This record gives sequence, structure tokens and C-alpha cells, in this order.
Amino acid sequence: MGTVAVYGLCKSFGKVQAMDGVTLDVPDGSFFVVLGPSGAGKTTTLRAIAGLEKLDAGSVRLDGTDATGDTPAARDLAMVFQNYALYPRHTVYENIASPLRARRRSSSEIAAAVERMSTLLHIEPLLRRRPAQLSGGEMQRVALARALVRRPRAFLMDEPLTNLDLKLRVEMRTELTRIHRSLGATFVYVTNDQVEALSMADQVAVLKEGKVQQVGTPAEVYERPANQWVAGFVGSPQISLLACHAEGDRLVGADGWTLPRPRWTTAEDGRPLLLGLRAEDLSVERRGNASLPGELYGLEPLGDRTVVDVRVGTEILKVKARPTVTGTPGERLLVTVDLDRAHLFDAGTGLALSEAGR
Amino acid sequence: MAVSAHEAVSPGPVRDHTPPARRSGGRGRSVLEVALLTVLAVVMLFPVLWMIETSIKENRDVYAIPAKFFDFKVTLDHFRDVFVASGGGPSTLSVSFLNSVVVAGVSTVLATVLGVPAAWAYSRFGVKAKKDQLFFILSTRFMPPVVVVIPIFLMYRQAGLINTQLGLILIYAAFNVPFTIWMMKGFVDEVPPEYEDAAMLDGYTRLQAFRRYTLPLLLPGIAATAVFALIFSWNEFVFAIFLTSSDNVRTAPPAIAGLIGGTTVDWGLVAAASVVFALPVLVFAYLVRKHLVAGVTLGAVRR
Repeated sequence: MGTVAVYGLCKSFGKVQAMDGVTLDVPDGSFFVVLGPSGAGKTTTLRAIAGLEKLDAGSVRLDGTDATGDTPAARDLAMVFQNYALYPRHTVYENIASPLRARRRSSSEIAAAVERMSTLLHIEPLLRRRPAQLSGGEMQRVALARALVRRPRAFLMDEPLTNLDLKLRVEMRTELTRIHRSLGATFVYVTNDQVEALSMADQVAVLKEGKVQQVGTPAEVYERPANQWVAGFVGSPQISLLACHAEGDRLVGADGWTLPRPRWTTAEDGRPLLLGLRAEDLSVERRGNASLPGELYGLEPLGDRTVVDVRVGTEILKVKARPTVTGTPGERLLVTVDLDRAHLFDAGTGLALSEAGR
Repeated sequence: MAVSAHEAVSPGPVRDHTPPARRSGGRGRSVLEVALLTVLAVVMLFPVLWMIETSIKENRDVYAIPAKFFDFKVTLDHFRDVFVASGGGPSTLSVSFLNSVVVAGVSTVLATVLGVPAAWAYSRFGVKAKKDQLFFILSTRFMPPVVVVIPIFLMYRQAGLINTQLGLILIYAAFNVPFTIWMMKGFVDEVPPEYEDAAMLDGYTRLQAFRRYTLPLLLPGIAATAVFALIFSWNEFVFAIFLTSSDNVRTAPPAIAGLIGGTTVDWGLVAAASVVFALPVLVFAYLVRKHLVAGVTLGAVRR
């Protein structure tokens, strides 16, 4: 068993409200990612689960029983810290052995467990070194080994890949997913990297300013963002948002353009809306019946694709195109829109309109 | 194995044998620099040298006019007199040295034992009105001892602490605890709190985490702080002379000062006592010099 649930967590540091009613329910065995920009309260949430943070309000339940007042040791969790927090005066071996020593395991059991971990994470040659003699990637592996050496209720990871270079980060993503699958344990993983969230998670909770914006599978968060902010935060290049309103069977833009009104939207005429269009749902190459007139603003070649910036009225649309696309700024063109994949948000509240009819 | 022509004939990196150009800041210091440093060294060290010379001169050489710098007979009689009374047995000075060792040592241990955990708490925990408390603690050091010595004398008389070693130990500890807290808080701030967080998740209690993983990293800082506290207690004069009266309680500074002021002053004895008094601090500071430097440069330690 390894369920983690928190209810209404509140915590402020001086005038900063780090958590404002955070409620999460992490199912047993899931890879649960808490995603948000820096300062969203992700780390505070993780530290609250670990028992390292005194709460202003709220409760923590582990395996269904209340653990709000328990010490970190009593909660039976393991954590990987963003700066790894390896004990500087101890060898790698002693670092990995620490959780077992604290729990008074026999030295033969400790030796076996450390050996198993060092094989799993390919750090056998490092066991006698000290943390200062390790590279960033090696430290990260040792920190991971120290967490994995025990079988706690759940593993907490605080941006463990942030301090690695890009290549190593991609490798470790695959590695972590593999470890998670082989252990079948509960992971609560904090990151500000949406790629990590989308590629590794079973469930994603998106956090902003101490409030949970949306919880769902990566596909749900990407395809059905609960509000304008989530739509903007998840996805790269960023989603384009155009001010508009419904008028009969048409959507009329603030800049004068018109598009057929998507069938599923129930918004009444005249209500200010935001039309959200992802770069991959737009095209400058295809012909279609729904299109927006604009002019070429700039090209961002990214190797495997080119992002075309198109100015429509006063707004810039980001359009994904093949890497062979060319054009000169100022050139007039039509942007084809896949309206079935478009998003509509209330311009006032930022909330997504009901997509019940979709 | 094939070796390309280029590799085969490559002479290796060309070595440059010309010595680096001598700059004025290098080994060859400018004349002005040497002159200034010499003047400074003489001014700073002359009293020390004179004290050491006087301590090994015979009494008639001490009073010789013109003063003898080099051509005097060396004697260790004064040092014997520091420790051995004229009629045999330990001298009053040796008792006062022992008192100094006890008072300075115990008060330093007390200040460290109280100050280090307090510094840790101020660094790690959200204490109410932390800044105000820390300022209050520091403010006890604003006042010079001589300002508070009369009220303390009256309080001590009520409490029966006048002319006791315990009295001196308490007052020195009271002066050193704020200093220890302030200095140690800086050292604790430098140790990332995540070590303790990690240890608590490993399964240790808060205090075990502190003792196992934070305390060892603080040792250089504790050594540096303790040396400063020890030097304060060892050198302290004002409280010692006001709060003690009998020879068997009195510490070395007032005891040495008491040698001056009779009809005749045995300067050889005063100088020898001063040398003995200065030595322990010098030796102790020398022994922990590595820690002192490490303490001052702790911020450079790799995290």
C-alpha cells in the first residue's frame, strides 16, 4: 500500500501564501507529478507530505490514516532533494546506507541492499568516494539510491532532474519511469518542466500560486485544460489565445476575423471569450474551410519543425510547420484552423467553457 | 600500428624556459614595503620582546642604565618564583594560574554548550520575534563590563557569589553566550538545512539528525568560537578584580597586576608571570589555527 492524500493544506511564509488549500489524492502505485512554475508551492506541498513543514491548516493522510502530526521518520517516506542533500562527510556507501542504519538493520542486510542499489543505478565504482568527488549526474544517482534502498510507503522527489544537463535529464527520465514500473511504488514527483510531467506521469496536478488548477492524466491536462492559465502553461510552443465572442453560428474576433462557431460550444452571443489554438492544430500549408487571414511575422526553425509566427490583427499566432517552410516577413497568408481541437475560455474568469457536446 | 607522419615527428609541446617576469608584488618586495613592515613589526613586537627579555634577566640587569639588550646573564629564577613560593610549596601566582584555567575553561564549555544549540535553534526554527530576540542578545554586549560591575557586585553579594570561582564562571559564561550564539548562528546558517531534513526522512529524530550530520560540520566553527570565548575569559580583568578578593580564588590578571604597586616592584617576576600567562592562549590559537581559518572561510566550503 502507498496512498498519499492531502486536504486543504495552507501555509504562509510571512506575507507569501505558499499553499492555499491544496488538496491532492495520490493513488497507490501511481507516478503522480505536481507541475507548476517556480513559487507555485510545489516544494512546500512535498515537504508538507514529508512532515518537514509545519502547516497552518490542512491534514495529511498516508495509507488512509491521519499522519498530520507525525514526525518525518514515522511517516515512512523517502525523498530525493533538489540539491540532493548528500551528507558531505560520509562516503557514497554510508550515504546510501543511512536510511537502513537509522532503522537499525543488520550490517549484512545493509551491505546487500547497498550492493543491489549500486548495481541498479550503475554506481558501484563510486561507493568509497565522498559527494564532493562526484559529478552532478553521479550525485543524482546516489541521492536516488539513498531513497530507493528502502521500500517506504511512497517516494517523494523534488525536481530531481533540474540540476542535470539536457542529455542526462532525458536519460534519467526513461530510467525513472523504468524504476517506477519495476517497483510498482507510489511516486510523488515535483517539477516545473512540463515535458517531464507529460512524459512520465500517470497523473498530473497543476499548481499555481498555492492553488491546484487541475488534476488529470497528462492527456487530459493537455487536451482539456481546465482554464486559460493551464492551457498557457502546458504545451510548447505556448498556446495562442485570441479575444473573440460568439455571434449566431460564427465566432467573431476582436480584430474583425470570423470563424465558424464550433458545434460543441454553448456560449451565449456577445459573451467575451478567448479562443485557444495550439500550434499543431494550425497550419499555413494546408487548405481548409476554416481559416484566418494574417501576415508572416517571423520564422523559428527548430530542426525537426519550424514555428511560424503569424500576425492576425494585433495578436501573434504560433503555427507549427514543416522545417522546409519559407516566407518573407510581411507576406500575406491564410492560417487553417482545426476547430474541433480548439479551446474556448471565458475571458472574464479564464475557465474553460463546458465541452460536454464535444 | 599506423602512425601518421605528423604524429611521428611531432616534438611535443614547446617548453618555454624563460622565467616569468618579476613583478613588484612578487617575491621582490619594494624597499618602501619592507621598511614599513619593519617599522610596524618593531612597534608591535617590542613590548613582547622586552617582556620576554626582562623575564630572563637578573634583577640588576633589569634596572641597568643604559638598558642591556643582548649582553646580560640569562636566568630562569623568575620563572621558578612564579610557581614556587620562597619558603617552598606552590606560590600564590601558581594558584591564580590554576584558578584562571578552571574559570576560563569551565565558562567556555558552559557558553559553548548553551550557545551552540541556541544558535542552531535561531538558525533553523521560526522563533517568534527572532530579530528582536537576537538584537536583545547582542545588546548585552553593548555595555562595557565596568558599567555593570557595581550592580553585579551588589547582586553577587546578596547571592553569596562574591569571591567564588562559580561567580566568575557564571559572569564570563553570561558574557560569552551571546557572542557564541551570534558567531555560531553564522556557521549554522552556512550548513544547508536539507542534511537534517534528509536525515529525518532516513528515520532519525531532529536531534539525532543535528548530532550526526550538522554538528560535525560545525566543529571548525565551534573551535573558532570557543577560542575567542576562552581568550575573553582568560584575559578578563575588571570583573576578576572587583568580584574576587582572596588569593585562593583570584585569577591571574588581577594577581599579576597586584605584583605592581608595592614599595619595590619585582619586574622580573612580573615579566615572567606575564610570559606564562600569554603562552596558553598563543599555544591554543596555534593548535586550532587551521580551524580558525576554516571558520573564517566556511562560506567557501562546497555544498
